[in-house]
Amino acid sequence: MRFRPPVLSWSLGVMIVFILVLSPILTTAQAPPPPETTVVETTPPTTPPEPPKAPEPPTKFTAVDNPNDDGMKALLTWELSPQDNPMLEKKENPVKGYRILRKGPEDTEWMTVTVQPAGITSYVDSRDLLNSLPYSYRIVALGEQEAESTALEVDSVITKPQVFNTGRLNTLICILLFGAIVLSYIYRARKGHELFVRRIAGLDAVDEAIGRATEMGRPILYISGLHSIEDISTVAAVTILGRVARKTAEYETPLLVPNYDALVMLVEQETVKQAYMEAGHPDAYSNDMVFYLTSSQFGYVAAVDGIMLREKPAANFYMGYYYAEALILAETGAQTGAIQIAGTDSVTQLPFFITSCDYTIIGEELYAASAYLSKEPLQIGSLKAQDVAKLIIGVFMLAGIIASIFGWLGIANLFIAK
Amino acid sequence: MKREVPVFICMVMGLVMIVQFFVPHPVSQAIYQTILKWLIIVVTFAMVLGILSLARLHLTKLRRGDKDWFYSLVAISSLFVTLLTGFFNFKITDSFIIEGWKVPFSFFTISFASGLAAGTPFMNLFEYIQVPMQATMFSLLAFFIASASFRTFRARTPEATLLLVAAVIVMVGRVPVGHMISSAIPALSDWILVNPNMAAKRGILIGVGLGGISMALKIILGIERSWLGGGGE
Repeated sequence: MRFRPPVLSWSLGVMIVFILVLSPILTTAQAPPPPETTVVETTPPTTPPEPPKAPEPPTKFTAVDNPNDDGMKALLTWELSPQDNPMLEKKENPVKGYRILRKGPEDTEWMTVTVQPAGITSYVDSRDLLNSLPYSYRIVALGEQEAESTALEVDSVITKPQVFNTGRLNTLICILLFGAIVLSYIYRARKGHELFVRRIAGLDAVDEAIGRATEMGRPILYISGLHSIEDISTVAAVTILGRVARKTAEYETPLLVPNYDALVMLVEQETVKQAYMEAGHPDAYSNDMVFYLTSSQFGYVAAVDGIMLREKPAANFYMGYYYAEALILAETGAQTGAIQIAGTDSVTQLPFFITSCDYTIIGEELYAASAYLSKEPLQIGSLKAQDVAKLIIGVFMLAGIIASIFGWLGIANLFIAK
Repeated sequence: MKREVPVFICMVMGLVMIVQFFVPHPVSQAIYQTILKWLIIVVTFAMVLGILSLARLHLTKLRRGDKDWFYSLVAISSLFVTLLTGFFNFKITDSFIIEGWKVPFSFFTISFASGLAAGTPFMNLFEYIQVPMQATMFSLLAFFIASASFRTFRARTPEATLLLVAAVIVMVGRVPVGHMISSAIPALSDWILVNPNMAAKRGILIGVGLGGISMALKIILGIERSWLGGGGE
């Protein structure tokens, strides 16, 4: 017996298969696209950031005419804001600085003059300030993110020029006192009082050096330093040159004066010329004796060293102010066998001259040279005055040291120059 | 008159400068600034005279054929080359194109008053010749310090012995090896510099200050006239 499935069963089976196979395809094709899923971040509700709090302003703001000046400056002072403290934490809003503003008589707006850092309590305003005009000033403390405190204001500051700088009153008194001592000793010298001056070996050796050069028939080299004629040591060097030139004129010894500064050269040419005239040998003078080399420091040294090695001067004079070239010059001169006399007020170069030269005129001895060599009573009187002034200074120094030890700075403060 | 007029000018100018030191008024400051400007003008003219003096001296030596005339030739050549490069800018141009044609030549051009710019012959002379030569002269100082020390540091007298001992302590105390030997050496070196050395320096400076004032007073009052020339005797 053959089994024959029923038609209905077959139909149902086909339908089921059809549905099972095709349903996903149909579903995919016909179904609407799934909605896009977006992740919405849920954040807690925020509040806008608070602006930094304005710091407290400084206090006791004053603006006055700056003393002892040409009237183009105003002195501003203030006391620090309570929040001007580097130890404060950031959240405590420490002061970062102070903005100072100014308004002139014709200004319509406030102009920032400066921003001073925290911890500063004064400022001198000299920026385009004119005297005898009223200026107003404001100061604000600056906190985090330039947050400004309320402003403090000063109205109508008028600056005026002063005729005398009172800060230099002590200097004036000292100069007048010293001048009086000098004049009194000059007066005493004129009256015929015998004034003792200690021996200065370096100056005594000047004649010896010139004599030696004359005997050897070799020239004398005279250098007057690297400073210009406005320097007192150069003037002293020129005065000594005048006396050296007079001797060289008398002995007919060649003289070489190479110069670093053209202005000094012109003065020295006149000085030497005059010395030769006074010695009665104007014809022996030549402008080529006093000549210019260069204003380059080491170029000058190279040129002078060359002269020393070629001309072999018997005596070298180094007077005036020197820098690093001092030792190069003096050592080269020592190697040529010349007698060397140095005189300088350059404290840093003195040791080099002392080690390399036969005689060294130290500091003030250079200025005393003219008086010492001439033996004129008027000049010697000024030397004695210097000694008296040194004695007075010594007394004040001793008193100042003793007073300072006991905590009283009154004497020391007397000598503070402004 | 030849002496009185300069002394009078010196006295007036000296007093003006003293007064302006104590007077901060704008009028005083303006006078001071004017004097400074005059000083610059005078110095500039003096410089011209200085250069003329240098040129005359060496040209005379060359003309006479003096001993060591070759150095004068070097000095004069250097002077004029430097002057020329300072006034003019010499430049060699690259080849260039005119209406489509390349001109295969280089030209030597001269322009006026631009010699001070960087890279010009004048500045090259300064940077690559003068500066190294100056540095060379400066470096000689090291050798001269050695030779001066050798001559000086011979303990022949008590003062020289003291100098020798102080110098050795200061020198050793300034270098690391001094600290390696003992930490007391740098401390002693500092003590020498800050105390006895500073005291001596200040003593000299006080004398220099007083001497300077005294000298200035003597010149202003016309007591010291040897700067005018001669012995003043």
